[in-house]
Amino acid sequence: MTKTETLKLTTPTDRDAVITRVVDAPRGMVFDAHTKPELVRRWLLGPPGWTMPVCEIDLRVGGTYRYEWRSADGETMGMGGRFTEVVRPSRIAATQVFDQDWTGGETIVSTDIVEKNGKSTITTTVRFPSREARDAALQTGMTTGMEAGYERLEDLLKEIARG
Amino acid sequence: MKPTGNTLDATFAALADPTRRAILARLATGEATVSELAAPFAMTQPAISKHLKVLERAGLITRGREAQRRPRKLEPRPLAEATDWIERYRKIWEANYQRLDALLQSMKSTQRKAVDQLINEGKPKSKKRKSQ
Repeated sequence: MTKTETLKLTTPTDRDAVITRVVDAPRGMVFDAHTKPELVRRWLLGPPGWTMPVCEIDLRVGGTYRYEWRSADGETMGMGGRFTEVVRPSRIAATQVFDQDWTGGETIVSTDIVEKNGKSTITTTVRFPSREARDAALQTGMTTGMEAGYERLEDLLKEIARG
Repeated sequence: MKPTGNTLDATFAALADPTRRAILARLATGEATVSELAAPFAMTQPAISKHLKVLERAGLITRGREAQRRPRKLEPRPLAEATDWIERYRKIWEANYQRLDALLQSMKSTQRKAVDQLINEGKPKSKKRKSQ
């Protein structure tokens, strides 16, 4: 089993948070996993026990998407937005607003996928509406323990392999 | 998953300033008066008072009863709520990427199987290549 990749978080400008993660797959697959509803709802789930009953994606510039999640005890959460860039297999950008507007307005989330030696680096840039909103989300220790928890991945991969 | 938006906004806005974070760090070690809090900064007392007001409005600090000194005191709860929210946000990213790893792994093995099948299907038909 390969060693689990680590999540990196940086703040290159006033309003951006950038999250980088390497995955062991070519970028075409990674792009599909981000844009095909039947694949998206298998991983974009949040905390354990949540499912994604609504995952609608109209993948074109100007097209909208809508995601809704539900917890085991019936809590729901939703968000949606509009695609501003769709460049298969390297880049997707979209606006994003949560139903319970946590971020104080629209964020712009862009995802870049770069492939090297069969592995893909996913760079997700979250542009917050203001420096305050961004700093708030980061400065209370979002980076602490960022690398913890990846060891569980091995078990997950083994499970999949066992099928 | 369900933070109370307004409280969090106020907390986060209050935390988005280095002076205010330094004040909170100082108050984490015990209560202090306005002049004690102002001492380490190259700032006037009114400027410090302004920061204290922001922290107070966010519920991050309170004033003691003592009439003259009115020491400021840290209120741990809103800070804990904010940290809790961020912790969840971070965990969500981690958990999602772990699942993405698993998904990509299974996509790759499906693709490999499909390729193997194509190769196997092709075998009986494939003639020996002409030697050059």
